[in-house]
Amino acid sequence: MPGLQIDKLSMRFDLPNRTSVQALEDVSIDLKAGELLAVLGPSGCGKTTLLNIVAGFLAPTSGEITLNEKRVHGPGAERGMVFQQGALFEWMSVRENVGFGPRMKGMAEKPKREIVDHLLDVVGLQEFKEKAVYELSGGMQQRVALARCLANEPDVILMDEPLGALDALTREKMQGLVLKLWKETGKTIILITHSVEEALLLGERLIVMAPRPGRIHKEYNLPFAEMGVGQDLREVKKHPDFATTREEILSMIWDMEEEIMGGAAK
Amino acid sequence: MTAKGTLNIKPSTGWQMEPIWLPSPEAVLSRLGEIATLGFRNSTLAEHLGFSLFRVIVGFLLGAIVGIPLGYAMGLSNWFRGWFDPIVEFMRPVPPLALIPLVIIWAGIGEVGKIILLFLAALWIMAIAARSGVSGVRISKVHAAYSLGASKWQIMRHVIIPNSLPEIFTGARVAMGVCWGTVVAAELVAAEKGAGMMIMVASKFQSTDIVLMGIILIGIIGFTIDMLMRWAERWLVPWKGKG
Ligand SMILES: Nc1ncnc2c1ncn2[C@@H]1O[C@H](COP(=O)(O)OP(=O)(O)O)[C@@H](O)[C@H]1O
Ligand SMILES: [Mg+2]
Repeated sequence: MPGLQIDKLSMRFDLPNRTSVQALEDVSIDLKAGELLAVLGPSGCGKTTLLNIVAGFLAPTSGEITLNEKRVHGPGAERGMVFQQGALFEWMSVRENVGFGPRMKGMAEKPKREIVDHLLDVVGLQEFKEKAVYELSGGMQQRVALARCLANEPDVILMDEPLGALDALTREKMQGLVLKLWKETGKTIILITHSVEEALLLGERLIVMAPRPGRIHKEYNLPFAEMGVGQDLREVKKHPDFATTREEILSMIWDMEEEIMGGAAK
Repeated sequence: MTAKGTLNIKPSTGWQMEPIWLPSPEAVLSRLGEIATLGFRNSTLAEHLGFSLFRVIVGFLLGAIVGIPLGYAMGLSNWFRGWFDPIVEFMRPVPPLALIPLVIIWAGIGEVGKIILLFLAALWIMAIAARSGVSGVRISKVHAAYSLGASKWQIMRHVIIPNSLPEIFTGARVAMGVCWGTVVAAELVAAEKGAGMMIMVASKFQSTDIVLMGIILIGIIGFTIDMLMRWAERWLVPWKGKG
């Protein structure tokens, strides 16, 4: 079956002081090719750990990942990653950053330039291509990160709070861009976010995770991402179901955080 | 008061300093002109300064050639770190001047001895700079490179090395400064030629003007080295501090 299967994943970190943290327990997710899954949950519930295992940076304690019927071991170019920030190579220009994947594969100069130029058009950075990445704003840097990931033509794109460091306005624009790229490229995407609104807007599917041990608390299938394609995302937020679902999830996460704090947080 | 009714006061002459303690700026300047044209102790001024600089550059380069790979190895391999970390961490705070007696026993205080001394002065600084340049790489950059399909070797070449260059440049600046200080001090101990030898000999003959001139030139050269290193840094690693 094509797509991405996460099967009974568990991850335990053994700490030097002989205790251990159960970061994930028995997490299973079945994603069809082209689905966009949003992952929400309070801090420390294992979202980053889950993504790192799928990306192959961490080996799980038990369980397995299957992508297009092949078991996944270690990192690979078919699973691209977009980080929150600081993962661009600041010694390279925008163009060189985007062309990094093709260059590592040893692609010839001409096809590489075509790919890079096309993607810079898609993310709207054509006129910045010779600039150093640290000269760009945070939003532009994340566009570079998206373009760099797409240049490698991965089957799955993994995003760990990619818009988390952006201001509200830029963030809204970038959400539109992510939706557009998802629809146009048909990639399978896992998007971690701590914004409930973002998860609802972008996630065709949504899982809410709970901490200690990190596990899936609730799953949703959502209509809003489909509605949002090619539309003003603010219109989608006005949908009556949007507000009810948002409140439901917010109070769910609120309860979990209160539990973590031992009721101290009001 | 004089007979004609005017006040006759001898104005105060202020503190008077014998030139042997502190010669006037004019004297120092004219001495600079004299030594620059006539030389000092069978060598021209340029030769004295040039010899000091030459020792610094050779010592520093050798230190960098050995220190940088050592630092990389320590940053990348636990085995290397285990063996060399204690040595490097112990040697780093030892003032290079404290090594002079040992170096004299091993190699004499000739050219070889001085260069060994400067090599040792630069070595630990460069090793530590390279090590922290490697271990300071953000893990997300390495992860990003892996998931873009880079091999271990490609990550070394395109991520870890460029990422470490700013640290290495900072280390190089510090090392050049330390080497310059060390060479002058080593030449005070013994040398045929060199900036330190010049002021030491002048001091024995109580030519304070030459001593002052030498100190000022040593300062200017030290400052110039630092400025050149800063300039090279801005030019070669413009991304420093931008990650
Ligand atoms: N390398 C590690 N070593 C030890 N504990 C870790 C490590 N990585 C994560 N953890 C622990 O696992 C739990 C989940 O972390 P993480 O996946 O980063 O959560 P999230 O991304 O949801 O905030 C946390 O309690 C964290 O302290
Ligand atoms: Mg996280």
